[in-house]
Amino acid sequence: MIYLFLFLEFLRMGVFAFGGGLATLPFIYELSGRTGWFTAEDVSFMVALAETTPGAIAVNMATYAGFQAAGVLGGAVATLGLTLPPIVIVGLVCKVVDRFRESWQLQAGLEGVRPAVLALITLALLMLARMTLLHQVDLAPAVGEWAALVNWQAILLFGLALAGMLKYKKHPALYIGAGAVAGLLIA
Amino acid sequence: MKLYREIFTTFTKIGALTFGGGYAMLPIMHREAVERRGWLTKEEVADYYALSQSLPGVIMINVAAFVGHKLAGTRGSTVACLGVVVPSFVLITFIAAFIQGFLGQELVQRAFFGIRVVVCALIVQAIIKLWKSSVKDTFGIVVYIVTLALVLLVGVPIIAVVACAILAGIAHSALRRRVEAER
Repeated sequence: MIYLFLFLEFLRMGVFAFGGGLATLPFIYELSGRTGWFTAEDVSFMVALAETTPGAIAVNMATYAGFQAAGVLGGAVATLGLTLPPIVIVGLVCKVVDRFRESWQLQAGLEGVRPAVLALITLALLMLARMTLLHQVDLAPAVGEWAALVNWQAILLFGLALAGMLKYKKHPALYIGAGAVAGLLIA
Repeated sequence: MKLYREIFTTFTKIGALTFGGGYAMLPIMHREAVERRGWLTKEEVADYYALSQSLPGVIMINVAAFVGHKLAGTRGSTVACLGVVVPSFVLITFIAAFIQGFLGQELVQRAFFGIRVVVCALIVQAIIKLWKSSVKDTFGIVVYIVTLALVLLVGVPIIAVVACAILAGIAHSALRRRVEAER
């Protein structure tokens, strides 16, 4: 039954994740918390893998998430779930394509949904960053001890990586590879 | 049958050669579907791409669906969509299966720590890139902040937030049109 559940979850993502790519990240992150099929660390690795390999980022993430949850068949079911909505929606849109393109409601709806999607990606980022850039502790730290909570090595690497990305627009795989090497050296 | 096979293999190729999805797909799409196959014009590709961005779902799959639909209706779009996701599915499944055995090792854990940090930076970079095209005015900033607050503080489900944002966009635009009509 996990296959049906996976299929429906990714079908939902296919309908509601506007833009694809990282727009599916908040959904997958939420799924990991709700089902326990994979951990937040898995989600982070999913992004790295999806950005490094060819193909649509959202599809790569769906295949990996499905595989983590329920093996090869799980990956297939998740990928199909994500693929089905476009086939149906595009089929409908092709019938009314001119009216559709000129409708102001469509443009207006997009003006609302785009910033919301960006906010959702930001939230997923905050969750991943908290897990990665701070030391993990069970109890809330006392006032004045928060500095000890910060993983300074991680912050430094983060700053270097971001500065590099903004300055030299190289392929993500390059930065991910460099990150792996840095992880081996500093941890 | 031959046409379906051609659609499938062409999109498998596009899926296998596109790194990063979205925009990265366009040059390969152009070479394979416009120049090599002559299936559609440059303008049609641009149109389909613009339409795909305004629809829900993964942009690459949407574009594949449009082209497939143009060539051979619903069957064509099904074949094109399956073609474009197959390389991802095969490659990721192999990597995922292969990597399972290594995940517990300490060296791998350390490398993954570095990768996770870089992933955070990658997402920040993506947000900066998307900001310009997504948040265009004060209304956009308000939606952004309200969405953050609703999910973070109130715990509103993601789908409800997306649906509300669409309605808010339409309401905002309707209001603006009315104000402009009254002038």
